[in-house]
Amino acid sequence: MIRVVRSTVIDAPIAAVWEILRDFNGHDRWHPIVRHSRLEESKRTDQIGCVRNFDLEDGANVRERLLSLSDNECRFRYTIVDADIPLHDYVADVELKPVTDGDRTFWRWTSSFNTPPGQEGELAALVATEVYEAGFEAVRQRVERPAAGQERMRRAPAAAPAVQPAGGAAISGTAIVIDRHGGAEELHPAPVEAPPPGPGQVRLQQTAVGVNFIDVYCRTGYFDLLTPPGVPGLEAAGVVVDAGPDVRHLAPGQRAAYACPPLGAYASARTMDAALVIPLPDSIGDEIAAAALLKGVTAEFLLHRVRAVAPGETVLVYAPAGGVGRILCQWANRLGATVIGATSTEEKARVARAAGAHHVVVPGDRSLEEQVRDLTEGHGADVIYDAVGKDSFEHSVAALAERGHLVSFGQASGDIGARDIGMLAETSATLSRPNYVHYTNTPEKFRASAERLFDAIERRFVTIEIGQRFDLQNAADAHRALESRATTGSTVLIPPREGEAAS
Amino acid sequence: MARVYISSVIGAPADRIWQTVRDFNALPDWVPAVRESRIEGGQPSDRVGCVRAFRLQDGGFLRERLLALSDYDFSVSYAILESPMGVENYIATLKLAPITDGNRTFAEWTAEFDCDPANEAELIDNIGTNVFQAAFDALKARFGA
Repeated sequence: MIRVVRSTVIDAPIAAVWEILRDFNGHDRWHPIVRHSRLEESKRTDQIGCVRNFDLEDGANVRERLLSLSDNECRFRYTIVDADIPLHDYVADVELKPVTDGDRTFWRWTSSFNTPPGQEGELAALVATEVYEAGFEAVRQRVERPAAGQERMRRAPAAAPAVQPAGGAAISGTAIVIDRHGGAEELHPAPVEAPPPGPGQVRLQQTAVGVNFIDVYCRTGYFDLLTPPGVPGLEAAGVVVDAGPDVRHLAPGQRAAYACPPLGAYASARTMDAALVIPLPDSIGDEIAAAALLKGVTAEFLLHRVRAVAPGETVLVYAPAGGVGRILCQWANRLGATVIGATSTEEKARVARAAGAHHVVVPGDRSLEEQVRDLTEGHGADVIYDAVGKDSFEHSVAALAERGHLVSFGQASGDIGARDIGMLAETSATLSRPNYVHYTNTPEKFRASAERLFDAIERRFVTIEIGQRFDLQNAADAHRALESRATTGSTVLIPPREGEAAS
Repeated sequence: MARVYISSVIGAPADRIWQTVRDFNALPDWVPAVRESRIEGGQPSDRVGCVRAFRLQDGGFLRERLLALSDYDFSVSYAILESPMGVENYIATLKLAPITDGNRTFAEWTAEFDCDPANEAELIDNIGTNVFQAAFDALKARFGA
């Protein structure tokens, strides 16, 4: 038994195609190889059992009986009763399905039959090509819309992404560039092009860019992350324009964000490694994502993965009014910990209390460790988050509870330098020095961390305050505000919208 | 009985696309609305009767049982056991068919269910647009349109 299957897509609504095909005796009006067809026995064309008797252009005669017809499935089957062509036991099936995506029609034409030995290939090719494929083209020409030229391009079996503006050209936009390390004045706008994404890449139209203090260090050259000329910035959110053919987790039109090296986030459009980019849930706005991701993911791994904070434990957070510190206070509070903030001014203490710090210690007559022990009935802090570094290290070790844990994750006051770990024995303390990269350097790690952050934001365990918005072109002003400590909450840059970039 | 029907054309051979969609536990890999998924009881994901438990990007939690899987027809059918959508007797089928003209695939996704009549139109639109069509769009983005 030979089976022939041919199928195509016709760029017309299913009703238009079915109107043509439904007429079992009407094929001589559209099929190029059918010269003339008539119905036997005065039956109707939609009467099950009717026989069409037709001559082909080459003179052969064929009689076929209608076996079934379904208007709700847009389908009919028929069999050859007798024919001058040696097709035996021939049953064919014509079936249409709507393509709801684009209001088109899927048409499948199948049959099975036997032939005399040795003629299988020749007759299968005849049926497939001369009958079915020729029929497809004839109907296509009758019903396809005037814009058929474009549809033919879409039908070409190219693996092009669904959305590829300007025929795969680069997207022009604006970036903030530094030509040398230095002050905020080194940040200046420049045209940038985001090329079409290659394999494993995604192209984003960015709508919000996060500003972090590390961006200042990169600009000044204090951190060796940016070699001029280059574009600073570690985090942004936006919309996927297109993605490489092998990218599985992002689709055009989807909102997405990232927070990671390599630098280059200060731009209106960017093409980058798709593995670094995660889709955003509807509940997380672009600006919130850009403002929250780097600091929030940091807080997530500090609280959950460096050392899981348990209910009832006491947690000490330095710089509790800062970007990461404020999130640590909020989140540790919701985890059931007693939160102590360590800060320098009463104004910052108010911010820390508002964020969820149960107590705040400020410099005074008594040392930090004495104040912590006073607040904890001598117990000390089970976990300490210390981003101050050099000046705070010994106080932190002294403030730890028995078998407490010190997380040293920054050095705002300077490098910690060489220390004697023997002092940890006084409380059997443990110490870690986590690096953002090692908690986020695979898509799985980063995605898991970001999802826990988004969940915490949705539940309002963590709130993100956007204190300042600057146009991307004014990134220098954003840096000046950050360095003068004039900012509150997070700072985001808003890139020009597509099409405004050239102005 | 409400019915959803969405179909599309994807620019790659059906056997290739089938490799992605046949894995009953792989929704997070290709359906944008799905965040994470697992198969209950450590069952293989192609064992008919297995249950996938998965979470949507919006936090919604669903459990679905694999009713039928056919490598011959490129077809998978499943029923919802638990969901936040307010549907009953929900059975869906996803099916691929080769388009011999151009190495493409015709993909169709059908669902039938009962629900509160007041929510029916919204559910049909939401399932059709935000789940089925969004998933097809993701396949088109990956494999070509």
